[in-house]
Amino acid sequence: MNGAIGLIHYLVVAAILFTMGVLGIFLNRKNIIVILMAIELILLAVNINLVAFSAALNDLVGQVFAMFVLTVAAGEAAIGLAILVIFFRGRGSISVDDPSRMKG
Amino acid sequence: MNYAAQLAMTLPEVVLSLGALALMLVAAWSGPNATRAISWAAVAVLAGACVALVGPATSGGSAFDGMYRADAFAGFAKTLIYVAAAVAILLAPGFFQRTAGDDLRPEYPVLILLSAVGMGIMVSAADLLTLYVGLELQSLAAYVLASFMRRDARSAEAGLKYFVLGALASGILLYGISLVYGFTGSTLFDEIAGAYAAAPLAGSTKSLGLMFGLVFVFAGLAFKISAVPFHMWTPDVYEGAPTPVTAFFATAPKVAAVGLALRVAITAMGPAAEQWRQIVIFAALASILLGAVAAIGQQNIKRLLAYSSINNVGFALIGLAAGTPEGVAAVLAYMAIYIAMTLGSFLVVLQMRDTDGQPIETIASLSGLSRTRPALAFGLAVFMFSLAGIPPLFGFYAKFAVFYAAVQAGLFPLAVFGIAFSVIGAYYYLRVVKTMYFDEPAGEYGPGDRLEGGLIVATAAIVSPLGYLAIPLLTAWTMAAAKALF
Repeated sequence: MNGAIGLIHYLVVAAILFTMGVLGIFLNRKNIIVILMAIELILLAVNINLVAFSAALNDLVGQVFAMFVLTVAAGEAAIGLAILVIFFRGRGSISVDDPSRMKG
Repeated sequence: MNYAAQLAMTLPEVVLSLGALALMLVAAWSGPNATRAISWAAVAVLAGACVALVGPATSGGSAFDGMYRADAFAGFAKTLIYVAAAVAILLAPGFFQRTAGDDLRPEYPVLILLSAVGMGIMVSAADLLTLYVGLELQSLAAYVLASFMRRDARSAEAGLKYFVLGALASGILLYGISLVYGFTGSTLFDEIAGAYAAAPLAGSTKSLGLMFGLVFVFAGLAFKISAVPFHMWTPDVYEGAPTPVTAFFATAPKVAAVGLALRVAITAMGPAAEQWRQIVIFAALASILLGAVAAIGQQNIKRLLAYSSINNVGFALIGLAAGTPEGVAAVLAYMAIYIAMTLGSFLVVLQMRDTDGQPIETIASLSGLSRTRPALAFGLAVFMFSLAGIPPLFGFYAKFAVFYAAVQAGLFPLAVFGIAFSVIGAYYYLRVVKTMYFDEPAGEYGPGDRLEGGLIVATAAIVSPLGYLAIPLLTAWTMAAAKALF
């Protein structure tokens, strides 16, 4: 089986994507759109996990779950962008460095 | 089982969803003028959902191939959730009418109803898929509610922070769910418990995967209940969101998330209790300590109450750490009393406004309140003493119950540290009382509101020593609810 792509390869790719997504949220110094992209990356990592497990276990639940995650991710992105629009209207910038209006 | 019988078990959710959709249409046709009528109709829908809890919805059956559980535990949690949601709807019209800037829009009660549907699904979930869908329905409505004052920069910032960190929490939880699914082979709580009970060889890939899944799931849940070290969003969101929304966040979603954590910990991962107990004990003590210490320097009453909620979640987690039916019953009783204390405190915060009706949020503005508004000062003093756990008040019983459960389960060090840290917490609650009773008056607040005043009296009565009369009823109910999990 040397050279064949197995479950473990998928899990490693998903783990790397997940880590990049989390780091993208915390290390990002540019703007909030990048954070939205990082969130999508996390959800896609989860989907790779779910589909890989589903295929390895020969069980359909994982793929059904992945469809649910995709659907919810679409709704989440819509709400995130809507909140971003009112945030931008209020202060004319979507930079992460912009100082907070609240202390703490 | 036929489809109608299964739908009857989900009747509270059916009532709420249909009610929310109907009110959404009414709101679309009649515009902002109907906001008050829609708010009252939404409260009526919540009352209807409470009535629907009697019967099959709490019979202990499971519906939809075991994905949904309609037991006494769900019934108790849903009652608390619906009451807190109804109060949050009632508070809004007065607040938005007085506050300059944004008006209340009819979407507000509809969003709270939809959030209540999500919370109901959360506490009834018996499958990871139901859990996820319920959690997201609750969260998506909550993100919009946090940024409801669209022209207020703080509200938009609160919504954005809540969204980003909430989405991150969902991502962490989902990653844990995917690992749990992969290494147990199922998403049903009962089958997951079977896989954890089978306890594969320590150090094997399977046991490692199960352990990683457990840690990620608990981290995601800790975010949702704002337990340390995943609490950092709480103060900003609580400060920035409109006050009625903050009162909502501090009560209903917290009960739902704690209920969800209880069901996942006991039903799905009960056989792995030794492993998650360490996580829960750490989160409990860290939340109590940080909630107490970080609150000391706060100048804003809403931030203070945010740290207070972090502190209280720590106490509730002590009952979970015990992992016994008594512990779970103590957590449920704690959440019931916590809701009364927190709603009461936020009702007083709503009274803090200048003569033009604009909200004031500094603790300094409470100075000398005992001379300008003695009844209001007395009410806040009752809530603060109760939150601090001072004996004649009902908050003492809440803390007593969780510590008693921990001691019975043999967790003596946890109980000792918890009690020691709760003394630190008492300091900042008493500081508020000192400001009201011993400082020079700082200027008067505007006149009160009859509905809010009545609700303050009602919550104060629950928190007062009168609450002890309800203990036999509360104990019987919470024990029946807790037994449903084991």
